[in-house]
Amino acid sequence: MSVSEPFDLIRVSLSERVFVKLRGDRELRGVLHAYDGHMNMVLSDVEETIYVVDDESPEVRTVKRNVEMLFVRGDGVVLVAPPSR
Amino acid sequence: MLIFSVFKTLTDQEVTVELKNDLSIIGTLKSVDQFLNIKLDNIRVLDEDRHPHMMAVRNVFIRGSVVRYVQLPRQAVDTQLLEDATRRESSNQKR
Repeated sequence: MSVSEPFDLIRVSLSERVFVKLRGDRELRGVLHAYDGHMNMVLSDVEETIYVVDDESPEVRTVKRNVEMLFVRGDGVVLVAPPSR
Repeated sequence: MLIFSVFKTLTDQEVTVELKNDLSIIGTLKSVDQFLNIKLDNIRVLDEDRHPHMMAVRNVFIRGSVVRYVQLPRQAVDTQLLEDATRRESSNQKR
């Protein structure tokens, strides 16, 4: 790998599990299969975590769901990283 | 172009489009364009109680920019092919 620019770092994660932070207090963990210059992505075996604040009480709860195969539009993507266990 | 090509192979599959306003629509993918605008046929709205009724609506055109996710059928996607195509696309410096 000659030059290390940000997309080269994502390229290394192809077919690996990644952690994706999205706008709207959402996170995804899944296997990265495709991406493009807009950060549009295709992931599989995805777990989505949504952080929800319940009506003024200081508690934050999480809503999780699983999706087998997911296209994610790039304009919602904030961060892509190896999964934090 | 890559993701556009992926969607073109998925026409006539049933998909679930989740919009940025939290509305989820299930339908048959009929067409897609370079902006990833989507046309769905024979739609139904998921979770109808909480979301606007579109009972009179059969087919929709969805502007690509309002899409958050598209849930795809796993078996319709060749992940190996996708990964290879992505590596080629990124090495073409097509940003």
